[in-house]
Amino acid sequence: MTTPTDTSKGADLTLRRPEIASGRADAASPAPTCIRAAGFDGWYGEFQALKGISLEIPRCRVTAFIGPSGCGKSTFLRWINRMNDAIPSARAGGTLTLDGQDLLDRAMDTVELRRRVGMVFQKPNPFPKSIYDNVAFGPRLHRKFSRADLDELVESSLRAAGLWDEVKDRLNASALGLSGGQQQRLCIARAIAVGPEVLLMDEPCSALDPKSTARVEELIRELEDEYTIVIVTHNMQQAARVSDRTAFFFEGTLVEVGDTDGIFTNPRNKQTEDYVSGRFG
Amino acid sequence: MAPPPAVPAPTEGHGLVRTPAQLVASAEPSSQGARRAVDRGFLALCLALTALAMVILAVLLFSVWRDGHERLSSEFLTNYASRKPGEAGVKAALWGSVWVCVICTLTALPIGVGTALWLEEFARPSKLTSFIKLNISNLAGVPSIVYGILGLTAFARLFGTVSSDTPIAVGDPDGFLFLQLPFGNGVLAGGLTLMLVVLPIVIVSSQEALRAVPRSLRTGALALGATQWQTTWSITLPAALPMVMTGAILAVSRAIGEAAPILVLGVPLFIRSVPQNLMSDFTVLPLQIYNWANRPGEAFHELAAAAIIVLLAVLLTFNAVAVVIRQRLRTT
Repeated sequence: MTTPTDTSKGADLTLRRPEIASGRADAASPAPTCIRAAGFDGWYGEFQALKGISLEIPRCRVTAFIGPSGCGKSTFLRWINRMNDAIPSARAGGTLTLDGQDLLDRAMDTVELRRRVGMVFQKPNPFPKSIYDNVAFGPRLHRKFSRADLDELVESSLRAAGLWDEVKDRLNASALGLSGGQQQRLCIARAIAVGPEVLLMDEPCSALDPKSTARVEELIRELEDEYTIVIVTHNMQQAARVSDRTAFFFEGTLVEVGDTDGIFTNPRNKQTEDYVSGRFG
Repeated sequence: MAPPPAVPAPTEGHGLVRTPAQLVASAEPSSQGARRAVDRGFLALCLALTALAMVILAVLLFSVWRDGHERLSSEFLTNYASRKPGEAGVKAALWGSVWVCVICTLTALPIGVGTALWLEEFARPSKLTSFIKLNISNLAGVPSIVYGILGLTAFARLFGTVSSDTPIAVGDPDGFLFLQLPFGNGVLAGGLTLMLVVLPIVIVSSQEALRAVPRSLRTGALALGATQWQTTWSITLPAALPMVMTGAILAVSRAIGEAAPILVLGVPLFIRSVPQNLMSDFTVLPLQIYNWANRPGEAFHELAAAAIIVLLAVLLTFNAVAVVIRQRLRTT
């Protein structure tokens, strides 16, 4: 049985860098920049999907990307962990950095990058393995663990994703037997287990019912203390509820970015105002 | 009181007068009875065709069983072929079939699955890869006797590079570890020739199995920092394995029943020994059946029928083992 009996040790994740673990010490002071884009362009073949994006994403905050379908927000998200590498026609120009490190560098080690930048997808995509093996899959790729450490890592990741109490008695059961909301939280636990600094979430609640959505949103708020979170959403209320900053994309350009309160109550741009008030899009 | 639903007025400008609801209401209803009759008729047709297939199979099994079951005994399995029908058995052919099938499976599976993995998971789409894919699909339709000739040239004679009069031999000819170039018409040449026959089937079915694995599983693994190989080995291949095994079952079943390519290799039709090593002479069950069925005399026809029962039993055993493996993989 894989359930660790000693649960008092808490979430001491072996993989996490110590300065990240300290989290957002002072919520009032402006958070340092984690991801920075300057004059960033993205193409699919001849089609330019992103035009001159300049944006700073603060560390240990939730940043929401909103905008109508096809506006480029998901494309931008997938450049941050270089998932666009799988698309042969995808190219990018300009500047995109993570902690000052050039993300567009051809020599960039995407394997290590994706360990540091986790991703949660629109549709829950648990592997057809046990719940335990789903969470343990990522850590095993990157490090060698003793059985006890791995057990502890799985537990702490599932706790962080708010799923532990629901699955602790059936860690060896197939992950495909979980409900949609549980599967999505398992995918979040799986992403957390490799010790990332950044979590990218591409419409993580669009396939979930309202109750599961509320649970995942609550989780995002809890995770904010330790992770830089970027969430793409079509749900305006969700952006308003979970994010500290909101960026509004339209037709490949970044129209407006600012504090979420400001974007929703007092947008500077007419297009932003029309969009967040539901007049178009 | 809610107001009665207003009849929606046609929108001005487009010239249409009636709403969809009005159009549907005014149209003549089609005959419900005719629709039901066609529905039932089609169901009956399907059932009849299924029954026809089952009847043909039942008649075949029944006639084979009627002709052959009296010849079935443990001696039939442990005796070699003989001129006297009363003493004849299928020992040589049965063991020859098993050897050839094991060689065929052990070579065709790794090569076939490896090719499918390269084509589906690693190769960048290009004119070359689509050309290769098209040709592999075409190869699946090539008659097996053609592969027999290829096997004879490539394996039995090694394209004539080594003279069969002065073979290069390693090991003890009577022991298990014995190799010889060229392979001649031993079990290795037979197994490899059957590998050629089934390889296109294994490749195509493995490709289909890999394509059936949802792309989201691959992206999920890649997003965790898995390399292409780690993704393929730990996620994609295990998810595809049940379907790969199904393709392998079909392929090996075909290999067991092949007579033509083995015949082309020039194996002896009458043999009284079991393979000792990869170079040993052999025959296979379909050839033994062919041999007996060709001889005059009722007794030999009964022997042929009994050998068919043995062949079917071997086939079912292989299938059952593969199904068990597949089920086990699916549940874990």
